Amino acid sequence: MNTIQRNMSLTGEPPKTINTQQKIATVIGMTGLFILLLATFNVDFPAKTLWLSIALGAINTGIIWFSIAAYRSKHAGIKNDGVYFKSISGRGYLAWVLGLALTGFYIVLYFYPQYLGLTREGDNTGLIALFDPLSYLLSGNPASQWFVYGTLYTIAILAFGVKFMLKYRHNRYERLRTLSVMFFQASFAFLIPEFMARLNSDSFSLPYYDLKNIWPLNYYNFEQYRVDSFISAGDIGLALLLFGIASIFIITPILTYKYGKRWYCSWVCGCGGLAETAGDPFRHLSDKRMIAWKIERWVVHSVLVFVIVMTTAVVHSYLGEDASKYWLTKDVFLLSVGVFLTLLFLGIWFFKRKELEKDARYGAIGYLTIILILIGMHFTAGKTLFLFDAETLRSSYGFLIGAIFSGVIGTGFYPIFGNRVWCRFGCPMAAVLGLQQRLFSRFRITTNGGQCISCGNCSTYCEMGIDVKAYAQKGENIVRASCVGCGICSAVCPRGVLKLENGPLEGRIQGNEILLGNDVDLMKYVNKN
Amino acid sequence: MEHIVIIGNGIAGVTAARHIRKLSDKKITLISAETDYFFSRTALMYVYMGHMRWEDIKPYEDYFWEKNRLELRRGYVKSIVPKETTLLFDDGSHMTYDQLIIASGSTTNTFGWEGLELEGVQGLVTKEDLEALEKNAPNKKVCPHAVIVGGGLIGVELAEMLRTRDIEVTMLVREKAFWTSVLPHVEGALLSQHIQSHGVKIIHETNLDRILGDSNGRVRGVVVKESQEEITCNLVGITTGVKPNISFLEGSGIETDKGILVNRKLETNVPNIYAIGDCAQQRDPIGNRAAVEAVWYTGRMMGEVVAQTICGKETAYNPGHWFNSAKFFDIEFQTYGWVQPSSKRKDYETQFHWKHQDHTKFITLAYDKNEGTFLGINTFGIRMKHEVFDRWLTEDRSIDYVMDHLKEANFDPEFYAHYEHEIRSAFKNKTVTA
Repeated sequence: MNTIQRNMSLTGEPPKTINTQQKIATVIGMTGLFILLLATFNVDFPAKTLWLSIALGAINTGIIWFSIAAYRSKHAGIKNDGVYFKSISGRGYLAWVLGLALTGFYIVLYFYPQYLGLTREGDNTGLIALFDPLSYLLSGNPASQWFVYGTLYTIAILAFGVKFMLKYRHNRYERLRTLSVMFFQASFAFLIPEFMARLNSDSFSLPYYDLKNIWPLNYYNFEQYRVDSFISAGDIGLALLLFGIASIFIITPILTYKYGKRWYCSWVCGCGGLAETAGDPFRHLSDKRMIAWKIERWVVHSVLVFVIVMTTAVVHSYLGEDASKYWLTKDVFLLSVGVFLTLLFLGIWFFKRKELEKDARYGAIGYLTIILILIGMHFTAGKTLFLFDAETLRSSYGFLIGAIFSGVIGTGFYPIFGNRVWCRFGCPMAAVLGLQQRLFSRFRITTNGGQCISCGNCSTYCEMGIDVKAYAQKGENIVRASCVGCGICSAVCPRGVLKLENGPLEGRIQGNEILLGNDVDLMKYVNKN
Repeated sequence: MEHIVIIGNGIAGVTAARHIRKLSDKKITLISAETDYFFSRTALMYVYMGHMRWEDIKPYEDYFWEKNRLELRRGYVKSIVPKETTLLFDDGSHMTYDQLIIASGSTTNTFGWEGLELEGVQGLVTKEDLEALEKNAPNKKVCPHAVIVGGGLIGVELAEMLRTRDIEVTMLVREKAFWTSVLPHVEGALLSQHIQSHGVKIIHETNLDRILGDSNGRVRGVVVKESQEEITCNLVGITTGVKPNISFLEGSGIETDKGILVNRKLETNVPNIYAIGDCAQQRDPIGNRAAVEAVWYTGRMMGEVVAQTICGKETAYNPGHWFNSAKFFDIEFQTYGWVQPSSKRKDYETQFHWKHQDHTKFITLAYDKNEGTFLGINTFGIRMKHEVFDRWLTEDRSIDYVMDHLKEANFDPEFYAHYEHEIRSAFKNKTVTA
């Protein structure tokens, strides 16, 4: 009788096979990928435009046809059958192979682009050369490894976006949200920057700018070469620079107040876009344990502190000393940063202290103190600001956070750790929005009276690793900094318990157990205790 | 220190334990023969379907119990000796208590059919049942065809589970449509239609006669009572309801009928012994409620109540307005107040039915035709707010008021299409009636 435990959902034996159409679609899609692989190994394709079109067309067709074959003939509704039995979504062999392939791709992309065919002098070769025709068409320039990546990334969001919309075709919130990320990726992230590059000439040059990519996610936005370039590009450049500053300090707080961080993380953002589309089959793999939540809070807020320190140091490094030339000098800037952080801290402390957990208080006080001491040491003892050279901080951040965390681990490990590892543990933008969402937002997920049956679907399918049912089974609203508002908890709930809503701040967070159904007087009594 | 012992670690027992802990420092022990840790019984199906792993259907992480000083004891209580305030386990050990809460839940209800003992005949109530199902119906090769006896909530869950592994399913349903012992016929018929659209064969108005076995003691088919037709199958799912799990109480002096008889304070006839959840039977049924309520929510509510009494605040079980929920394949169901099936409907109850043309969204509102008072709602495919209906029922709102304010009760996700207007005008025109 030792067969029983073995079978319990770990090696269950549901129909794992795919249908004939799915097999054909897989062949088509893989053919497209194979062409790209051949190009990577320097197989020379004479008619690049044709072969690139064939390859990308085949990948698109493969994914979309596969999805249609998978979902079209089935009823509209939740499609999680066998998720834990399938090799690809159950951390099986296919998942590991895919994870290795993706991490390998990211390592080559970030650190060894020459293997993709990037050539410093002269024409591109290999895979990058294959993408030249498309790049010339859009921006008039030869392709780079980032152009190749951007194209594939966009295709992933668009094609898997179609898959996601078919999968959740009964759910209008999911469909609209997915259309939104597909639109922002295709236009703001991909096409518009390429077209903007066409405006550049010898006398006018804008940096590559994805307008929806906001600092601190776009950690290099205020680096010297970009700021110089913005300023030298006249009014348009200045407007873009001001837009970049307004994005984080004005636009973001307002939208997050009104709708929660979902307006960005699951409706606009490119990282979120990939996670929600191509990453959707892996959403259940996020760690739901309490310990993971604790680690998440320390790690993501530490990254936020890192990016603030790094940016401050970088901006400080290129500002002037002479106030008569330009009002914003090194000292003025540094003092403003110190004052801003202190005021922000005092504001939160004064109005919201009660809502902060003990570790959040320690963390906030600790980090602020360290930053202020370091700034003070710089002024009094003349130490290097933040002890390290600005360039060292910049390059370490770029390597550790920008490349390793967001790319190699964040996306490469989708099939192992889930699709939102970067967003949850690493993204400083998510940390900023999370603070706003937790403390100053109308957004919450409400629970429906006493209807929760603690089944665990909501927690399981939460990509951010929130133990949603822990709140729902107590009748509490869910107000968590990390919630990106993807709406899947509400979709998978079999009893109609969860709803994403924007509402008044009053009563948004209740600490009481309010489960309807029982004697009204008794519940009042229970909640008094 | 006073020792509170709870037999059963389901929703009723665990809720009682949690609330006693909130209110006191008493020593609390939860006993279970079934599992080490509390799990959500209503989520058993999702493990077989591959939506979740076993650990995902545990409502609390394993550290919870020690942190809250709730002692867990795995064991089967063989008998209770109230005189000595002692429990005897089947391994020979024993445990004493100061106060005892019996929350031993349900087992599969059968009607004594011939062949029940065969391998491949099972219910779907316990973890053991789930394990048996993995063995009996791992895939369509081992189990090409299953017969489910009984058209109720567990039956449809079992059908959905088996269909995810492409196993052919035939359901024997006693009534003319699905679950019409609880639902109005119109709704039952729409549900039958939906279930059939998922590839389940439903044979209405049939009963099981007997189960046939092969020479190895495995099931090979069933015989239908009405037609005496034989249906070949490899699995027989018995889902004709549940009954209180109380056989271990024989000879204990604790009074039982279908379940353990309790008064409104959930006390049995023996001092310091209480019964809650599926296994309890009210001596006098409360309102329209059944004497034995085998529902997740009522188990939880009784747990809340008994904790108060045990901690010194004598409290009667006084449930609020009836509510429940379920899901039939893709169609979610919620109910608030009472919408009676034809067998239980009183003369004054009138029902208004509305259905969307796609047949996956439909609702019934029941009201008093003399007074115009709203009595209850069944809603399928449209989520509605518990709190709002609870309030309207308390306020004795009229059906017209409910119709005019239906939008306030909507709980569907953002951007979903709304049907309140359509429902209201249909009601005003009375174009659709039962």
